[in-house]
Amino acid sequence: MSGRDAILSRVRKALGGVADSPTRRAVVEARLGEAPVGVIPARGQLDDKPRVALFGEMAEKVNATVQKVKSRAHVPAAITDYLRSKNLPASVRMGTDARLAAMPWDKQRALTVKRGASDGDDEVGVSHALGGVAETGTLVLHSGDDNPTTINFLPEHHIVVIDAKDIAGDLETTIEAVRRKFGKGRMPRVLNFVTGPSRSGDIEQKLLLGAHGPRALHIVVVDG
Amino acid sequence: MLNPEQEKPRVGLFVTCLVDLFRPNVGFASVKLLEDAGCVVDVPAAQTCCGQPAYNSGDRADTRAIAENTIRAFEPFDYVVAPSGSCAGMLIKHYPALFAGDPKWEERAKAFSAKVHELVSFLVDVLGVSAVEASVNGSVTYHDSCSGLRELGIRQQPRALLSTVKGLQLREMADADVCCGFGGTFCVKYSDISNKIVSQKTERIREAGAGTLLAGDLGCLMNMAGKLKREGSAVEVRHVAEVLAGMADTPPIGGKG
Amino acid sequence: MQITSPAFKQNSRAALADTQLQRALGNVRAGFIDKRRKAIDALPEFDALRDSARAIKNHVLENLDLYLETYERKVIETGGTVHWAETAEDARRIALEICRAAGARTVTKGKSMITEEIGLNDFLEAEGIRPVETDLGEYIIQLRGEHPSHIIAPAVHLNRDQIEADFRRVHDHLPVARDLTEPETLLAEARKVLRKEYFAADVGITGANFLVAETGSSIIVTNEGNGDLTQTLPKVHVVMASIEKIVPTLEDAAQIIRVLARSATGQDMSVYTTVSTGPRRPGDPDGPEEYHVILLDNGRSSMLGTKFQDMLRCIRCGACMNHCPVYHAVGGHAYGWVYPGPMGAVLTPSLIGVDKGGHLPNASTFCGRCESVCPMKIPLPKMMRHWREREFERGLNPATSRYGLKFWAFFARRPKLYRFAASLGIPFLSLFAGNRGRFRHLPLAGGWTKWRDMPAPESRTFMQQWQQKEALKQEARP
Repeated sequence: MSGRDAILSRVRKALGGVADSPTRRAVVEARLGEAPVGVIPARGQLDDKPRVALFGEMAEKVNATVQKVKSRAHVPAAITDYLRSKNLPASVRMGTDARLAAMPWDKQRALTVKRGASDGDDEVGVSHALGGVAETGTLVLHSGDDNPTTINFLPEHHIVVIDAKDIAGDLETTIEAVRRKFGKGRMPRVLNFVTGPSRSGDIEQKLLLGAHGPRALHIVVVDG
Repeated sequence: MLNPEQEKPRVGLFVTCLVDLFRPNVGFASVKLLEDAGCVVDVPAAQTCCGQPAYNSGDRADTRAIAENTIRAFEPFDYVVAPSGSCAGMLIKHYPALFAGDPKWEERAKAFSAKVHELVSFLVDVLGVSAVEASVNGSVTYHDSCSGLRELGIRQQPRALLSTVKGLQLREMADADVCCGFGGTFCVKYSDISNKIVSQKTERIREAGAGTLLAGDLGCLMNMAGKLKREGSAVEVRHVAEVLAGMADTPPIGGKG
Repeated sequence: MQITSPAFKQNSRAALADTQLQRALGNVRAGFIDKRRKAIDALPEFDALRDSARAIKNHVLENLDLYLETYERKVIETGGTVHWAETAEDARRIALEICRAAGARTVTKGKSMITEEIGLNDFLEAEGIRPVETDLGEYIIQLRGEHPSHIIAPAVHLNRDQIEADFRRVHDHLPVARDLTEPETLLAEARKVLRKEYFAADVGITGANFLVAETGSSIIVTNEGNGDLTQTLPKVHVVMASIEKIVPTLEDAAQIIRVLARSATGQDMSVYTTVSTGPRRPGDPDGPEEYHVILLDNGRSSMLGTKFQDMLRCIRCGACMNHCPVYHAVGGHAYGWVYPGPMGAVLTPSLIGVDKGGHLPNASTFCGRCESVCPMKIPLPKMMRHWREREFERGLNPATSRYGLKFWAFFARRPKLYRFAASLGIPFLSLFAGNRGRFRHLPLAGGWTKWRDMPAPESRTFMQQWQQKEALKQEARP
């Protein structure tokens, strides 16, 4: 008997000798199909303006920095300003995200833009988020050429661009957005929910930033 | 003609083995508080213990025998009141569990448990007592015994009544709701760990700067009093019922000095 | 891992005398408890979420076989491989096979209690493969050859100076004169050293906080990002998870995620919650080429359908031990195996046997704080009592306590005899106290009087005095 058969039969026996019956299967399938949402905190259930404001507030609470810009066209300049303010070299790594690509990077003459996955030698990575969660100040990113996962973790500084309209009140709304984009029951290879820069409390319970992932997370919220 | 006493609630006092054996004054204080609040109180002789020592040692058979005895002894009463959160918790929460599925005893146990109350919560929540006639001169700190707090939700009631005691100044200690380390047989089986826990408790008591320590459970009180005395502390330890009943003129738990 | 749970008493004594440990344990009380309180006060729906989380897990456990099958199907559909391991030995063997097939020399590890449970690191090392823990706390204790003392803060028992000493001892290729006095400098050094390891690893092994049946995904929750680097950079990602980690849908995971970090560290969300599904896809510029899941039973199916089934709801948040007065007193290593604190007291006898783990459920005052903070509303004291019942049935308690209990119960069951014995014993005892009102020493009560005085009784029991008063009242009636 394979490990699989042994384990499943032990489980069935322990549950009182249940079988793989049509009734039980129907219950499980209904549950999976329905995907009920459960309890959703009221905290993020706000109108657009206060919801975006809450997102910024919660993100700042977990040591991210948040900046609002009027439009996509303003993003490259905002990033150049950030690099200058942190004394960082004028070079960023990003994926092939179309929204990022359409931004006027050429106007930032001193800025070098490298494209593709990160190999660990980049100080600054730039991603575009799929969405955000106001309830906790969380960014949602997914794997792929558009926004390679390594950019979320290897650079010291991670700058994430997010459209204000993509900031949801709760996790469940973003899960719905993921389903709409990829199909029910389908997922990208990786979905990252990112809440603040990397941290550790392992040394005498003291909070320190930059454990293995980025030590700084800068969020650029694009209005309109 | 109706006996006027028939209008009054008939309360059976579950005195608890520790009060019976070690500090009868708490029992008499409980009777006084209940009678002052308009109850007729009796103390059935057939009670011994709630059965926790056997229950928490995994001896269900002895626990059931003791429980059956207790239930039988208190069946004639309207209410059963105990000056102890842990004993009341045992009778209220665990007796029904003990007899779950037993055709003879399950309903009897449920009916019994529905009548049981811890003393202070009975006075405040059931009888609506809002003040006591007592006075004490000095500062007091209050320890929340675990079962009373977490099984029965007793926290606000003793403080409400203490606030009506003339001359009493309540000084809350930090971590009032943290275990004192008694835990029944735990304090002798794992005495070193229990000592560490009670040492932290006595530190909090000292930091609170009160002259008297009160709580609603004699086991906790004997544990904390024993440690305070061993440490040479002058803090006096009493059961909250004694202060509320104005019967705090006897020697404190563990003696003076 | 060597099991020392039978020596819990000796372990505890050593822990109580360990001043470094006692200093470190002070951090647990203040830090975790206050932070959790703050997070919970800021979320009015917290208790409702606990109920929701409990209901989800109970539903899964009732249908565990079907959800496991669904999960397996989805993993395979998305390009992953599922392996089923009945025992710790099976799991180790499967992990080794995967490593050998990948020609692995270095393996990075995300924090995983289950790999501790099966003793994976020692096993791989014996097979010539180098496992490198990447969670900072786990890395620190790996350097010391120790095991975690807390399920989410593995190095909580250590102080900064101890960590500095270990870094200097092991990172001997770095300049001796470097400054490591601040925690920031220690962190920076660990980051540099481990960054190299992430890239060197051929295989990355993580645990899973959740396995999602709907999508065939595994979810890990970290603050450091170490799990992500462990699973993204190597060619092969291995997820090791016990079978009860399954949840039906992403929404279900979201419910439990909301109570997890808040209960553990007082954060609304951990920094990185990562949902992984299968290996690299066409169009993925990064990610592992192989994705393996090792589903482990190792005693879980034996808990299903028993009084201990509720324990399978545990999400390993650590809130119970953070609030436990016994854990605060002795720390995690005293428990002698992988899982400390209240959840360890219930789980350990299940997994290693009550004959070895029996002390743990006994070393509790049943204060109930653990149950009151458990996000999954697990009735921990009740299950500890069930272990005590098992031990009693099997006669595993020491003879003195069994006889003592029997002696006491003999009287407690017989009210008349009890009254008689008490009416003799109490006045007798009170004679010896004299005027002091307490005993410094008392025969048969050494466990008590070692550390405390024993308050003396009054000269007669309550029942004696009450019955006398009632008798006088009867006489006085007309």
